[in-house]
Amino acid sequence: MSTAEDTPPTGTATATAQTTPETTAPETTAPETTAPETTAPETTKPGMTASRGGGTAPGGGATVVAAGPRRAPGLVSVAETRSTAERRPVEPAPAAGRPPAAPQRRAGAFWRLLGSELALTFRRPRNLLMLAVLAVVPVVVGIGLRLVGAPDDDLSGMIAAVAGNSLMLTFAAFSFLVLLLMPVTVSVVAGDALAGEAGGGTLRYLLAAPAGRTRLLAVKYLNAAVYAYAATAVVALSALVTGLVLFPAGPVTLLSGTTITMAEGLLRIALAVGYVGAAMSALAAVALAMSAFTEVSIGAIAATVVLVVLCQVLRAVPALDAVAPYLLPTWFMKFDAVLRSPVDWAALGEGLRAFGAYVVLFGSIAWARFSGKDITS
Amino acid sequence: MTAVTHEAGAPFGAAPPGAGGEAIVTRGLTKRFRGGQVAVDALDLAVPRGSVFGFLGPNGSGKTTTIRMLLGLVAPTAGEFSVLGTRPAEALPRVGALVEGPAFYPYLSGEANLRRFDAADPTASRGTAARRIAEALERVGLTAAAGKRYRNYSLGMRQRLAIAAALLGPRELLILDEPTNGLDPQGTREVRTLVKEIASDGTTVFVSSHLLAEVEQMCTHAAIMRAGRLVAHGTIASLNAGTAARVRVETPDAPGAAQVLRGLGLADVRVEEIDGADARARLVSAELGGHAPERLNAALVEQGVAVRGLAVARPSLEDVFVRLTGEGFDVDG
Ligand SMILES: Nc1ncnc2c1ncn2[C@@H]1O[C@H](COP(=O)(O)OP(=O)(O)OP(=O)(O)O)[C@@H](O)[C@H]1O
Ligand SMILES: [Mg+2]
Repeated sequence: MSTAEDTPPTGTATATAQTTPETTAPETTAPETTAPETTAPETTKPGMTASRGGGTAPGGGATVVAAGPRRAPGLVSVAETRSTAERRPVEPAPAAGRPPAAPQRRAGAFWRLLGSELALTFRRPRNLLMLAVLAVVPVVVGIGLRLVGAPDDDLSGMIAAVAGNSLMLTFAAFSFLVLLLMPVTVSVVAGDALAGEAGGGTLRYLLAAPAGRTRLLAVKYLNAAVYAYAATAVVALSALVTGLVLFPAGPVTLLSGTTITMAEGLLRIALAVGYVGAAMSALAAVALAMSAFTEVSIGAIAATVVLVVLCQVLRAVPALDAVAPYLLPTWFMKFDAVLRSPVDWAALGEGLRAFGAYVVLFGSIAWARFSGKDITS
Repeated sequence: MTAVTHEAGAPFGAAPPGAGGEAIVTRGLTKRFRGGQVAVDALDLAVPRGSVFGFLGPNGSGKTTTIRMLLGLVAPTAGEFSVLGTRPAEALPRVGALVEGPAFYPYLSGEANLRRFDAADPTASRGTAARRIAEALERVGLTAAAGKRYRNYSLGMRQRLAIAAALLGPRELLILDEPTNGLDPQGTREVRTLVKEIASDGTTVFVSSHLLAEVEQMCTHAAIMRAGRLVAHGTIASLNAGTAARVRVETPDAPGAAQVLRGLGLADVRVEEIDGADARARLVSAELGGHAPERLNAALVEQGVAVRGLAVARPSLEDVFVRLTGEGFDVDG
């Protein structure tokens, strides 16, 4: 441990005079250097060591600094911190002469952080409340339909189908909820992911921990995707249970008139859950990207919801049919491909490709923004 | 200013300067915020390993911005720096930090909050987490409140929890931005003791503050910022050396005392009023120089000057600080 006397601070004036990196580089290779590549960083040492020796005269005053441009190879440069620190994983430095070895990354550290994130998300009362609301909707819809009428009434389409079979309520609930309520729920969690931490100030401590920006972003996205699937599963389960209680069980008559067994009906519900979950996960990527741009979570959430609503409106305009395939919400409803006979795999595949494209696009936007952002909150 | 590290094809972080001697080195470190505000202007700092380094400056002088840059939260506009001889991403597991006050999840308990931040550190072991968290809480005296929700913590408890978070692992460097903010006198003392204790293990402590007495008591080194620029940098002793010790004589015979002191060769002799004291008593002060105070007293008495009190005022960091950063109250820029 250095005492005040034996380690005076760097005398800056001296350093300025002596630091001429390019010219001194070849001659001043330090003996402890292990690899030829390490010579450049070592070259700063002469300037700094020299100034350490003579910077502060005995009994002399403190160094009053005069600033001036100087270069010191080996220090972290702006270019490095800006572009590489986060974006390129670092090969472990050959810790030459650094006494205590840098602590190693632990296996499973990523999953530990994801676990912490999931625990935070699924214990937060707000998030649980939203799941509860999603669970209640199919129950209300089911009771409503049960009260509206018996199967033999001249009801048409989906309503008749729901009234006729217990499994159909699940699809009815999806077609109703994917329009707005599920997107809002997922947007709240994903839109809050970064903005909420930034607004609360916890982001700076997470990054100083150091969580790593790319790693944190990946964890935040996976967490939002898990929540999206949880929301989808909650809707399906609630609708399934409600359907089984209120409506007759048995073989399912599809919209096309074909009848499938109940087991296959359950399989198709599972397929729909997979598809709708993917749809909501794609939306989560959009919300996460919004979240990277602000410190106010409500802003990111509102922006995403407004986008969803805007897309629904655009989709409804016949003149704009050409743009519809590029709008994310267009693909939300395509889960009804599982109700075709046989399943319309092409439509499902097309939808999943659209979701993938959105995840890649908005994931990149989120990463580009977040990895270089100044955290000033 | 641009980087030069690529010129020799050197991989970054291979034994850079400061690997042995300095915990923090900056060269021309500059931050210009969008909108043109230059918060830190060409900062050259060298924080020796093992030191307790006070980072001083008036409000808005760029202390927090510097700390954010050191932690990789804010990208510098120009300049270079290294933390523990490497870049922040690699150094941070060995760095404990408190930046601009505590920030935690209000709906979690203190303990759960620490678990959360421990989980974010990829080098921290899950197996030892419970023990390390308990130790950190113990160290800041929060054990009793560990299970309480953060929302219900008092300001001082929050500050303590933030310090506990900085102590979660074995640290080589602690960066503390105004650690005693909001603490009661006991808390302030405890933090001071804690810092000394941590430093005695060889950990470097970089502590920003504007409580000068505090810095003077805890630190071995200090740097003073003003409007983003470094105005002084050195050991506490060398900083204080710029301001001379003064002798202060309380006497009813101010002119006589002043004459004696001048006669003895003391410089800068001044006669001052004493607030609220006996109207006839005055204070005569002068630079002590190399004189022994007891000899001055004897000389005064010998010359028939009544001495009611005699004291030597050692220069305080506050004097240095005010001299370098100005008396004005308004913030710069
Ligand atoms: N995000 C930002 N955008 C623009 N200017 C900023 C930003 N953050 C800080 N500043 C400015 O940079 C300067 C330095 O601020 P900083 O927070 O570093 O000061 P400080 O020394 O920590 O002050 P204090 O003692 O009050 O904490 C101030 O003038 C401030 O207004
Ligand atoms: Mg500050």
